Amino acid sequence: MTRLEVLKTYKIYIGGQFPRTESGRYYTPKNKAGQAFANICLSSRKDFRDAVVAARNAFGGWSAKAAFNRGQILYRIAEMLEGRKAQFIDELIKQDSTTKQAEAEVNTCIDRLIYYAGWCDKFQQVMGSVNPVASSHFNFSVPEPTGVVAIVAPQQTSLLGLVSVIAPVIAGGNTCIVLASETKPLCAVTFAEVLNSSDVSGGVVNILTGKPGELVKYFADHMDVNSIIYCENDVETKKLIQEKASLNVKRVVLYDKIKWNTDEAETPYFIMDTQEIKTTWHPIENIGGAKAGY
Amino acid sequence: MAKAKNNTIKLSFDTQYAPAPESKSSAKIEAKYDLFINGKFEKPSSKKYFDTINPATEEKLSEVADANAADVDKAVKAARVAYDKTWSKMPAKERAKYMYRIARMIQERAREFAVIETLDGGKPIRESRDIDVPLVANHFFYYAGWADKLEYAFPNKKIAPLGVAGQIIPWNFPLLMAAWKIAPALATGNTVVLKPAETTPLTALKLAEIIQESDLPPGVVNIITGAGATGAAIVNHPDINKIAFTGSTNVGKMIQKAVAGTDKKVTLELGGKAANIIFDDAPIDQAVEGIINGIFFNQGHVCCAGSRLFVQESVYDTVLRKLKDRLESLIVGDPMDKNTDVGAINSKQQMENIHKYLKIGEKEGLDMYQSNCVLPKKGYFIRPTLFTNVAQSSRLAQEEIFGPVLTIQTFRTDDEVIEKANNTAFGLSAGVWTDKGSKIFNLATKLRAGVIWANTYNKFDPTSPFGGYKESGYGREGGLHGLGAYLIN
Repeated sequence: MTRLEVLKTYKIYIGGQFPRTESGRYYTPKNKAGQAFANICLSSRKDFRDAVVAARNAFGGWSAKAAFNRGQILYRIAEMLEGRKAQFIDELIKQDSTTKQAEAEVNTCIDRLIYYAGWCDKFQQVMGSVNPVASSHFNFSVPEPTGVVAIVAPQQTSLLGLVSVIAPVIAGGNTCIVLASETKPLCAVTFAEVLNSSDVSGGVVNILTGKPGELVKYFADHMDVNSIIYCENDVETKKLIQEKASLNVKRVVLYDKIKWNTDEAETPYFIMDTQEIKTTWHPIENIGGAKAGY
Repeated sequence: MAKAKNNTIKLSFDTQYAPAPESKSSAKIEAKYDLFINGKFEKPSSKKYFDTINPATEEKLSEVADANAADVDKAVKAARVAYDKTWSKMPAKERAKYMYRIARMIQERAREFAVIETLDGGKPIRESRDIDVPLVANHFFYYAGWADKLEYAFPNKKIAPLGVAGQIIPWNFPLLMAAWKIAPALATGNTVVLKPAETTPLTALKLAEIIQESDLPPGVVNIITGAGATGAAIVNHPDINKIAFTGSTNVGKMIQKAVAGTDKKVTLELGGKAANIIFDDAPIDQAVEGIINGIFFNQGHVCCAGSRLFVQESVYDTVLRKLKDRLESLIVGDPMDKNTDVGAINSKQQMENIHKYLKIGEKEGLDMYQSNCVLPKKGYFIRPTLFTNVAQSSRLAQEEIFGPVLTIQTFRTDDEVIEKANNTAFGLSAGVWTDKGSKIFNLATKLRAGVIWANTYNKFDPTSPFGGYKESGYGREGGLHGLGAYLIN
């Protein structure tokens, strides 16, 4: 008798835990051949709000981590992803990728994580400045994370878009809530398991599955979200996001024309999209006439 | 209005400074100003003009045109033609030279600008002469040099100007805000439609005269006057590529909402409610000067004003006593007097707004202490004011008052004050006073604000980026980072 396969339950990821949606709702996305992947959590507004609380609580710790340490953790995510490559390739194939496409997608994701791991302790040097003010002050500007970022991940890919938007946001010290691809959600949930075993503290990345059409307005109007990233080119949705973002002056980042499988999707300027520039002044004591004269 | 009992020592400070009025003779103010469009002063199609007054005397200084939507359209068209035909095609080195020329002309006419700034806006002549106007010239000079070096600013990034920038500025630093807006826009190859605030239009119009004399190609900078409706027409104009706004958080939110669904880029420099934090190891006398400068500079009409004072409990009594003493020695009155520390409130409307907050403070049961200075009989003036016994939830500690009103709270530990300081929707600036370097950097890292002044306050420089976190807006002005607001990214 053949062994019965154990099916995976796909749940959401909030604060380092894997709960089901509090709403009890689910949906059943299908591939092109009409086969259902699984019952997927149809996340609710309440799930999102819980995730914002988790992300806010995690922000202080994550943003205060040494940049070097964040780099190590991002590298660790890449390592974990490499180790579970086969599982992701399987899931991608289930979601209509060819084997070749699936392998390429996972490889790109791993390499992209390493790319951003390297930036963690370098972008501050490239993007910061020491400012030669005319008065007797020492003055410098550094990038700092903007805070809690709500992300609607690129919808066309299951893993690549998701990793491409999460990596620069957390490399810069932000925490986030990400809504996975509605039609291809499998890899997002499995990626949450990778995060969970990679020393990424709970709450730094929170992953929801569900319908952007339902949740995006809550992403945009939540008062404790500092920035929102949207990656589709839906004109009405972009307008809705920008309008609701004005409630608390959210930074709106639109990646509506990015080709995620190319090098244009790897840039420290994506990190800078969710950074603030902080400038610090301090007087320089200037008593006596001593000058460096050698 | 009930006053807290005055516990300060009686200063034997009977001698008064003799009046030292700055001469008005250097200021040439026309009876009437038209709109500066396409290099010429043109009558408004609205045919309407409105008065601009001296808030220190309530006397009319001049009248300026009220631009309507048709005038805005004319200005945008001029800016578009100048962008397409001239400015975006001109070699960057030449762009730079026009800007250097403007910087020099501002320096040459600095005194005239300072006098008009003070007459029109009410700020002390000492400030407009020593701070505003020099910073204006320096800002043009600084950004002029960037024009032909932009590819060094953002490594590996394709850069290009955005096009026509619509710029709306406030009344607290009228000419300085014009410089902060125009200089980086021109350096990066954009053209400009700028609207100064309705209560302080004169120095921007004088700048228009300089721009005309500098032979800057017509239409590169257009300066049009008007109130909220004119600003709305700029924000909503379909052929504008970029909106840069400095002003209140409420209006900033309206602008962010209004441009939703368009491709307009936006930068917002909005309100603030800065914490100014004094630790017990701070040099107290220096810190007291810093508090005074933090909140009473420019009558407190400063988005980054240190309006929430946090004093470590162990030095609270000393700081409060010294603050009250210092408050009494502030010279409040004629802005044209070179001795004046605190000038006129910018407008009647703003004065009423500040009075509203004083009443709220009273209603909330806070203790109010005001300077006993004698206020001029005419003009808009408010006594420098301190509030103690302030709860974190008090509206006076949460809302931007934009006047000479300081709330004072206490704290015991670093963590406590960081939490209190960050407990606000704003995030523009903060001050920290302590002799301990490691504590400064702890605070400077954890305070969620765009500018941190440590053992100093209210310092500005063209090379230094300025701008906020959270509801204080986004984008930076000044420095290398200020270029980013005007380049495609």
